[in-house]
Amino acid sequence: MNEIVEGLVEAARLIVVLDPELVEITLRSLQVTITAVVIAAAIGLPLGAWLAVNRFRSRRLVIALLNALMGLPPVVVGLIVYVILSRAGPLGVLGLLFTPTAMIIAQVIIVTPLIASIAHQAIRDLWSEYHDLLISLNTTKRQRVATLLWDARRALLTACLAGFGRGIGEVGAIMIVGGNIDNATRVLTTAIALETGKGNFALALGLGFVLIALAIAVNLLIHSLSRTESSATW
Amino acid sequence: MVSSILPLRVEAAEVKRRGTRLIGPIDLTLGKTGVTIVLGPNGSGKTTLLRLMQGLERPAHGSLVWSIPEAEVRTKLAFVFQTPTMMRRSVTDSIAYALTVAGTKRAEARKRAREIAEQVGLGHALDRSAGVLSGGEKQKLALARALIRQPEILFLDEPCANLDGRATREIEIILTDAKSRDTRIVMSTHDLGQAARLADEIVFMLNGCVHETGPAERFFSTPETPEAHAFLNGQIVE
Repeated sequence: MNEIVEGLVEAARLIVVLDPELVEITLRSLQVTITAVVIAAAIGLPLGAWLAVNRFRSRRLVIALLNALMGLPPVVVGLIVYVILSRAGPLGVLGLLFTPTAMIIAQVIIVTPLIASIAHQAIRDLWSEYHDLLISLNTTKRQRVATLLWDARRALLTACLAGFGRGIGEVGAIMIVGGNIDNATRVLTTAIALETGKGNFALALGLGFVLIALAIAVNLLIHSLSRTESSATW
Repeated sequence: MVSSILPLRVEAAEVKRRGTRLIGPIDLTLGKTGVTIVLGPNGSGKTTLLRLMQGLERPAHGSLVWSIPEAEVRTKLAFVFQTPTMMRRSVTDSIAYALTVAGTKRAEARKRAREIAEQVGLGHALDRSAGVLSGGEKQKLALARALIRQPEILFLDEPCANLDGRATREIEIILTDAKSRDTRIVMSTHDLGQAARLADEIVFMLNGCVHETGPAERFFSTPETPEAHAFLNGQIVE
């Protein structure tokens, strides 16, 4: 119990004094995860919409696969990305291993199925509601996808925030492909793992509380900017 | 001169779902002008017939023969559903959507949407979310969205089913105005009074088939079949 209180105090101290190291790893955490979520959203949202409005032979299999991939073990993703980006791997020539770019790649792989799957669910429901209207208005498939993405934007925002939550709290994959290098690839989660390993539980907990506060702050900010809870508007 | 898509000939058309016949075989000709009201008891196939003509259902057998190629027909049809679909947009944007997907620039589409919203009595709600409108206002929005593309045929599936007398009268005024602008109207209803007020022609359906057709005046005064006679007298027809 004492350690939790000490953690809270440490978190408050780090924030109040704007600890330079904390600021650096927090900004890196945000940079990696936000970039990954933007890329994952650019892939996952249209993919979810496309799966919702198209009928093809192996559609159910693809959807089942997508849902299963939501539970991808981050450590395995990290390992695969590591092998691909390592010097002897197929993309080793790019020299991306142990860089924030490698961490972004790993997070994109982890987050994309989550965003695509939630988007698919939301858009499928909206499509069943809009189907007759959009067909009667003689819309093209591209127009239908664009319309559904726009009109489901609130639910899709939730999908992106879920992706952000998964990404910002992820440690296994980015530890492997990033290497937790000080001033280069260290982020909040890998710093917590490091401090825990060193027995600095108060600092680890402090960083943990900062991480939780950051996730809540980003969610509140996005909701407030998009006015998701205002009653008379969409 | 723009060529008309009418007359439409429905020739021995059948609609099936998972092997079960919903309607048909149906033979029907839709003339160039007027208001056709589709009457019949619940489950007689009124909605399916409208959906077939709109292209929302494909005939399993038989065909629909338009006077121009079918690919060009779709842009000249509009449909108002019994429960109108409200998009997650404002009233203006919901109406303008019908034009923007047809290629009209957004600013021009919004301008025309505001004009037609005023015409149908939604001028007070232009920036309101479509989802918060009353039942009558939602149906007016659906009508405005259908009419803004100046369709040659307007299909309506029981548009006043859940509306009170005042809202029904307002919808009928809009339809009468559309008719005066040469919009061909094909509408299903349960309301015999409304049918008598609006119809030029009646299509009476029973058990998925067209049971009787003819001029409205003749249908209401001297129906040809005992089933139509019983239906007009408020008896249960099966």
